[in-house]
Amino acid sequence: MAAPVAVHLEFGQIFFWWGGVCNVNLCVWFAGDMKQLLVWIQQNLLKERPELFVQGDTVRPGILVLINDADWELMGQLDYQLEDRDNIVFISTLHGG
Amino acid sequence: MLMRESGCLGQECWSREVLAGWYVPRTELGYPRCRTSSYTLYLPSSLITICMLFNLVLQSILFLPPQGVSQKAHKKLRFVPGIVYIDEGGAVGQCKEIRQKTTSELCEMFRSTGFPFYILPLEQVLDLPGSVVVAPSSLSDQPTSAYKAAVDLFLQSGGGTDVITQEQEGVSLPDVQDSQTQLLQQLMDSAKTLTAKQDLLSTLRQHLLVHTARTKGYSKLMLGDSCTRLAVKLLTSISLGRGAQLAEDTGFSDCRYGDVVAVRPMREYSAKEIAYYNRMFKVPSVVIPSLDTKTPDKASIQRLTESFVTKLQADFPSTVSTIYRTGEKLQTACRSSSAEDTDRCLLCMCSLDTVVEEASALQATLISEQLSQTKAPLITGQNSVEPEPSAAVGRCCSAEGPCEGTQVAAGCCSSPKEHEAAELRSLLCYSCQRTVRDMVSGRAAAVTRMKLRSQREKIIKNSSTTLISKLGF
Repeated sequence: MAAPVAVHLEFGQIFFWWGGVCNVNLCVWFAGDMKQLLVWIQQNLLKERPELFVQGDTVRPGILVLINDADWELMGQLDYQLEDRDNIVFISTLHGG
Repeated sequence: MLMRESGCLGQECWSREVLAGWYVPRTELGYPRCRTSSYTLYLPSSLITICMLFNLVLQSILFLPPQGVSQKAHKKLRFVPGIVYIDEGGAVGQCKEIRQKTTSELCEMFRSTGFPFYILPLEQVLDLPGSVVVAPSSLSDQPTSAYKAAVDLFLQSGGGTDVITQEQEGVSLPDVQDSQTQLLQQLMDSAKTLTAKQDLLSTLRQHLLVHTARTKGYSKLMLGDSCTRLAVKLLTSISLGRGAQLAEDTGFSDCRYGDVVAVRPMREYSAKEIAYYNRMFKVPSVVIPSLDTKTPDKASIQRLTESFVTKLQADFPSTVSTIYRTGEKLQTACRSSSAEDTDRCLLCMCSLDTVVEEASALQATLISEQLSQTKAPLITGQNSVEPEPSAAVGRCCSAEGPCEGTQVAAGCCSSPKEHEAAELRSLLCYSCQRTVRDMVSGRAAAVTRMKLRSQREKIIKNSSTTLISKLGF
């Protein structure tokens, strides 16, 4: 198993308003890929209404994910292996959250 | 880097494209063009209101004009923008403290832009004058020479900076009375479904925006609809029965209000691009809840359509652009040569789509609805069921008096209350009729207000007709 790395997670303010995420910005030690990170977020950070953020294995359609300010579709989406000091940003583009 | 349907773009190239794209609407807004009627000639130094809604688009739209109006900009935008924010906390059910906190944050953000701004509570829509539902005639086309003269004058005057400085001073947060908030909440609560509530809220907001633009002297109203939002709106409008109004609801320019033209300069950008832009340029934001925040996907037609489109977009990235491009081709068919002659819906101000011939899709819909609601079929001498021609909206009872028919057919008004409802229906388009139909209690108050407005409109029309006849025309 790969060694844990420092990953900075950032959520758009809308997630805090949904009541789903406790902190807007946080740094975590994590080892794995984006798919595993999403599972971890669902289990540890989402206080309520996880379906507003996660749908199945991936994020809900309409939520933009940036890895080091690049679209995650260019980085391999769920298969992207997290590296040290990666900055993951989640932004909602949905109307009304 | 951003992934788009057409490929990926680096940050620098993409940001250059965004700023260049912003200037496309400028050419559409500013120069005399021999194109479709959706592009309106306007003169520099026209005041344009930027409507501040609670979405990502408007955060970015606030920060694009400063780059455009700056004297150092390569291509300068020649208009004087103002910002208006409608506080809908009263309709959503927010407490006063949260509303104050939100408006204070927004006040600071607007102040930093340097543009004049107006923060209005939605409660003010209840006190609007009757003239708000009367669309004054639009400005006549200006010749090319007048435009060039106006450009020179605008440049000499320094780009309207005097207006900006003057309007920013003395702006205070509005005071909202509890009684007004209660009235507004009653009106919203009278709508049974979330679909009707959202439609009603949108209509009220639009009326207040147009009135504000009119009273403050702004000729254009910039709305923040992105490509994604318009694609959703197009399908939602079809579902709500607003097929006849699609061109106005989703087109670049919306001329239904007459003297104030609503434009959508951000319609070329997808929601993803806007979000990325805000992130890259660190555009500040304030999160404001709406009626459908945290509601399930099937809570309303609007919500369901948004969910459908965004999910389809995830698997088929050309969905939004295909819907949008199809919507671009829509145009409104004019029934009469003069815009003033067409009757307009009292709520949405679009041309009425209910004045149609007997063999029409609307008639078929109404007859089907009537037959499905009728408990006892109407049987004639030949034992056949004939649908009453009075199924036509507003035709059973004329404005002059109640129905005088001896047969009481289903759907025919047989009491003053139903007569009032029929009269109201005759003043609304098909979609707005369905919205009002969903309103239960508080309907009487809404009907009374609308009746007063329609009476005022008739008086205005009659007065002008009398004057014209006296002048011998």
